[in-house]
Amino acid sequence: MSETASKGQDYESSLSKATASVAAFEKRKGLVPQIQSALHATPALVPLVVLVLSIVTFGVLLGSKFFSPFALTLILQQVQIVGIVAAAQSLVILTAGIDLSVGAIMVLSSVVMGQFTFRYGIPAPISIMAGLMCGTLMGFINGWLVAKIKLPPFIVTLGMWQIVLATNFLYSANETIRSQDIEAEAPMLQFFGNVIQVGSARLTFGALFMLLLFVLLAYILNQTAWGRHVYAVGDDKEAAELSGIKTNKVIITVYMASGLICAFAGWALIGRIGSVSPTSGQLANIESITAVVIGGISLFGGRGAVMGSLFGALIVGVFTLGLRLLGADAQWTYLLIGVLIISAVAVDQWIRKASA
Amino acid sequence: MKKVLMGSALVLTTAALSTAALAEAHNTTACLITKTDTNPFFVKMKEGATAKAEELGITLKTFAGRIDGDHQTQVQAIETCIADGASGILLTASDTGSIVPAVQQARDQGILVIALDTPLNPIDAADATFATDNFLAGELIGQWAAATLGEDAADAKIAMLDLGVSQPTVGVLRDQGFLQGFGIDLGDPNKWGDEEDDRIVGNDVTAGNEEGGRRAMENLLALDPMINVVYTINEPAAAGAYEALRAIGRENDVLIVSVDGGCPGIANIADGVIGATSQQYPMLMASKGIEAIAAYAKDGTKPEPTEGKDFFDTGVNLVTDKPVDGVESISVQEGTDRCWG
Amino acid sequence: MTIQPIVQGRGIVKRYGHVTAIDHADFDLYPGEVLAVIGDNGAGKSSIVKSICGAVIPDEGEIKIEGKPVHFTSPLDAREQGIEIVYQQLALSPALSIADNMFAGRELLKPGIRGSLFRQLDKKRMEDFAREKLTELGLMTVQSINQAVETLSGGQRQGVAVARAAAFAKKFIIMDEPTAALGVKESRRVLELIQDVRSKGIPIILISHNMPHVFEVADRVHIHRLGKRHAVMDPKSISMSDAVAIMTGAMEPPPVEQQQLTPKAA
Repeated sequence: MSETASKGQDYESSLSKATASVAAFEKRKGLVPQIQSALHATPALVPLVVLVLSIVTFGVLLGSKFFSPFALTLILQQVQIVGIVAAAQSLVILTAGIDLSVGAIMVLSSVVMGQFTFRYGIPAPISIMAGLMCGTLMGFINGWLVAKIKLPPFIVTLGMWQIVLATNFLYSANETIRSQDIEAEAPMLQFFGNVIQVGSARLTFGALFMLLLFVLLAYILNQTAWGRHVYAVGDDKEAAELSGIKTNKVIITVYMASGLICAFAGWALIGRIGSVSPTSGQLANIESITAVVIGGISLFGGRGAVMGSLFGALIVGVFTLGLRLLGADAQWTYLLIGVLIISAVAVDQWIRKASA
Repeated sequence: MKKVLMGSALVLTTAALSTAALAEAHNTTACLITKTDTNPFFVKMKEGATAKAEELGITLKTFAGRIDGDHQTQVQAIETCIADGASGILLTASDTGSIVPAVQQARDQGILVIALDTPLNPIDAADATFATDNFLAGELIGQWAAATLGEDAADAKIAMLDLGVSQPTVGVLRDQGFLQGFGIDLGDPNKWGDEEDDRIVGNDVTAGNEEGGRRAMENLLALDPMINVVYTINEPAAAGAYEALRAIGRENDVLIVSVDGGCPGIANIADGVIGATSQQYPMLMASKGIEAIAAYAKDGTKPEPTEGKDFFDTGVNLVTDKPVDGVESISVQEGTDRCWG
Repeated sequence: MTIQPIVQGRGIVKRYGHVTAIDHADFDLYPGEVLAVIGDNGAGKSSIVKSICGAVIPDEGEIKIEGKPVHFTSPLDAREQGIEIVYQQLALSPALSIADNMFAGRELLKPGIRGSLFRQLDKKRMEDFAREKLTELGLMTVQSINQAVETLSGGQRQGVAVARAAAFAKKFIIMDEPTAALGVKESRRVLELIQDVRSKGIPIILISHNMPHVFEVADRVHIHRLGKRHAVMDPKSISMSDAVAIMTGAMEPPPVEQQQLTPKAA
């Protein structure tokens, strides 16, 4: 009987002469594959290069009008809101989700901060806390529906977008709280509007907060277990679950973090426009997704670096201001951003091929 | 027992139905279709229409697009009103050209269609238009700004904060009116941005909100930091522009003018954020509109436009605390009494 | 003298509605052995193994691990006990590095405040450990521990999954069809890996359809049929075609004394 068994293996005997190094890791050769794998390892490289190139290009075309501390810090101020929201969006997209409700959560949080202070006379710090909690709660609802009820993120946040926006209008009765009133009675609401002036460079606290937020998120995503789990969940949820990651917990906390960050964006929004205005931020979801995509984070999840989203938001800001200073029609900005979005996704696909 | 109950229920239902039918026959139905129901301007419009309809015993149904520019919902609303047998429709169109076939369909059914605030394109596609004279509104703030600057008007540096790149009619009228009032050659009065006067630093778009106003102002300040006159499409944009100016410490040496006359805008005049604004009256538009529908339902009379204009002018007033000679204005106090939003 | 089994299952039952997936089945895994589980499709071989690692919760019966009764409710419970599973679909995150994958869900933190307060991962220690484990299994060239798993071939990925299981398994490893998706050369390498792992003293439960592979590496072959343990054979004392015949019911299993219910004394 054992003879039969060994005969069964005979067909493989010639293999013993084959190379034994099947499972060893080979190094890639050639320039293009090397670029491909470099991008694979450092996904924020493309948007960084595009950002630097666009700054240099506009600098050459416009000279000191653009290439000045004033104009460059102005871009930071102009992108701060979209930038902060894009940070939240990045987290969600890394888990292969999407959050269409970011702008609505941002505005509702700012309205809660404003109305709590002015309608109920609650001290500003407590109102701000309430606004931040409101954003986190909205995020929790999103996350719970996605993780526990297993609804697609697109549907959940599409619904929440409408719900939160309607709540915002119903609750605020579309009342604007004016900048002058806030300044007189609750200046803390405008905290992120404070400025650090260095020469002609102007850094608002909001812009600084955006930069710090990205640094913090980059640290969390790369250096903590939770961060790696965010990637693992977005990459392949089943696999993450099987390898022992509590995926539902990761998803819920990601949406909660997104809601909290959006609430901070709402606070920063008050600093930016001075007033509490329920009609702001209507396009924040699309603008943040744009920044994330240009920043090289894959909409399919699990790939990309959060810093890319910052670069993506800055690229949009540089193009907007640069083209305005060149006197171009605003439509050119949209056209170019459209081109950038499609190119970014094409590059993403190409990088993915590196893995095959 | 059961039968008796059912029988009486049936009688009651029939009675209720016939009462409803009777009421229908005696009652005039009117529709109000606005761009959105979140903008205070339209909220006020709805209030005016509701109050007047109640007074005249007219059934009012209101519809609104979800966002500004939501054409589809407005078309659906017109179709619903036709099906409902309304006598008249008050409409602020989001898309003034594309809505025309739907409006025509309603008029073919004998429904009186009145455009509120925003004229249709062409203006005679509606039976009548009740609106602010937006060109005049612009002209008033232009004249006021020029008179306030006096001799310096000749060297003014003007920022034009407009509504959107698609150049909606209302925005063009206000913009061009302002330039006319300020004494600047318009070029083509049907579009902004083609003027050649050096005093205009540039045009930028705001979407009519604070964030857009601030961004647009920053962009133009980057072109020329010494801007000293700012035209804004509405008061939220003006508030945003003010924040941008304040950020570079120039809020006190720039004149900001605007159009609308909403309550926060008037308060901003009192606080010196905005120099002057042209106040319009949405409640009046709506209540006049309801009156016109009531008259039409009674004996078929259609409203007449204001003499010399192709629309019914609901009036506009310049509101400022710093009146100038030759430009009529009302005080902030009076503006506050009549403000909306 | 009898050896204590690592896993001992007695009278395990699992029903799904009217279908009985496991019908009073027994199961034994002994120290240091490779136990192959074979069975026709639908025989319930997958269910019996899943009931051991907590992926399926049995309705009746008793499962003892090293003599102690256990009641796992999820594979995570089993994992905490030192039981590792190599899934057919591998359970690797393609975009993450080899080291990230090996430590998914059990990352090491830096010592001191950087770990306790800032939750910082000790990447160096994790990479060194991963490299060491891969090298032990002869899978490693040194520079590539940060390579994303998706840049690896199927056999290499299987290698990472096996190395992960071998690195953390304290009791035993379950491997579900480890060669099903692989080519001839890569299958060979994985079979060698299985033997390497056994030589480190870690017992393995191997679920496979591939008779030549089963007969090459298994010490005992558990034949599952109609939800029951039908026979346990020594692969050296039975032909593949007879095993298949027993598995499909074409042949009666040999009497119990000719079976291999416990391993031969070493």
